[in-house]
Amino acid sequence: MKSNINSFKLFFIVFLCLSLAGCAATPKGFLKLHDDHLKHKQLQIRQYDTKDEKQIMTAVAGVLQDLGFTLNKSETELGLISSSKQADAKHAGQITGAVMLDVLAGLCGSYSNATSQCDKTQMVKASIIVRPSHDEERTVVRVTFQRIVWNMNNQVSKVETIKEPEIYQTFFDKLSKAIFLEAHQI
Amino acid sequence: MKNVRMLGNVFIVLCLIFVASGCATTANKAFEMNESQVKLRSIQTRVFDMTDKKKLMQAVISTMQDLDFVLDDADILLGSVTGSKYIGYAVITMTVTVRPRGETQLLVRANAQHGIVSVEDPGTYQDFFVALEKSLFLTAHQVD
Repeated sequence: MKSNINSFKLFFIVFLCLSLAGCAATPKGFLKLHDDHLKHKQLQIRQYDTKDEKQIMTAVAGVLQDLGFTLNKSETELGLISSSKQADAKHAGQITGAVMLDVLAGLCGSYSNATSQCDKTQMVKASIIVRPSHDEERTVVRVTFQRIVWNMNNQVSKVETIKEPEIYQTFFDKLSKAIFLEAHQI
Repeated sequence: MKNVRMLGNVFIVLCLIFVASGCATTANKAFEMNESQVKLRSIQTRVFDMTDKKKLMQAVISTMQDLDFVLDDADILLGSVTGSKYIGYAVITMTVTVRPRGETQLLVRANAQHGIVSVEDPGTYQDFFVALEKSLFLTAHQVD
C-alpha cells in the first residue's frame, strides 16, 4: 500500500515537471536598446549634401541593382526600400575542416557527417531608409543588412544581423559613386 | 473476471480519449490569446502628444533600426511599419501601427512575435516604447 502511494507521488512529481517544462517562456529583453547601438548606427548612416531625396532613392535602387538585389517593397513617401538577394555561402576552409573530420572519424571506425552541416546558401536582406536630416538641409541614408544561412541539408544554420564594417563601407562607397554618376547622367 | 472487465473499460476510455483528441483541429491554436483583449491592447499601445504622423513613423523606423530590425514593409496611409530581427536561430517579427487619436494625439500600437509565439509580456513592449520615447524626446502615455 505504502509503495503504491510512493509511486503515485513519483508519478505526480514527474507529471508536474513535464507540465512546467511545457510552459517555457519566450526570452525577454530583445526589444531593449543595446549599449553599443550608437556604434552600429554610425556604421549604417551617411549624410549627403542634398535636399533631393528622390535623387538619393533612385541612386540607392541603382546600387542595389548593381549588387544584384531584388527590390521587394518600397514606400517612397517614407523613403523605404526593402530588398533581398540569394547568394552562395560555401566557405572553402569550413568544408575542408569538415571533410577532414569526416575522414578522421571514418579512419577511427566511427561515423561523422560534418560536411552536411557546412554552409551552402544564404539570403541577404537589405533595407534602406532615406530621410531628411534634423535641420532639413541634408539627406540621411541608413542601411541595415541581415542574413539567413542554410547548410548542405537545406536546414537554416544561422540567422544574424550583419555587423561587418567593411560591408557597410563598400555599400556607401558604391552609393557615393552612383549619386555622382546619376548627377552626371551616366 | 472483474479485473478483466475493469481493464476492458479502461481500454475503451483510453481509446475514446485518443479518438476525441484526434478530431481536434489545430487551426484554433493560431487564434488563442493568453491575455484578455483589453489588457493586450493596453500592453501594446501608447499615446503621444503629437500630430505629425510621418515624423512619428520615421521615429518608429529609426527605433526599430536601432533595435537591429530590418524593415520589410511600410505604408504611410495605414501607418504601418513591419520589420524582422534575427537572433541566433530565432526570428522576431514586429508590426507597429500609427494612427490619429482625436485632434491632438497619435496612437502607437506594436505587436511582436518571437518564433511561433506571440509576445504578450508587458516589459518587452515597455522596452520598445522607452526606446521610442528616447528617439522622439517625448513621453508616451498609457491609454486611459
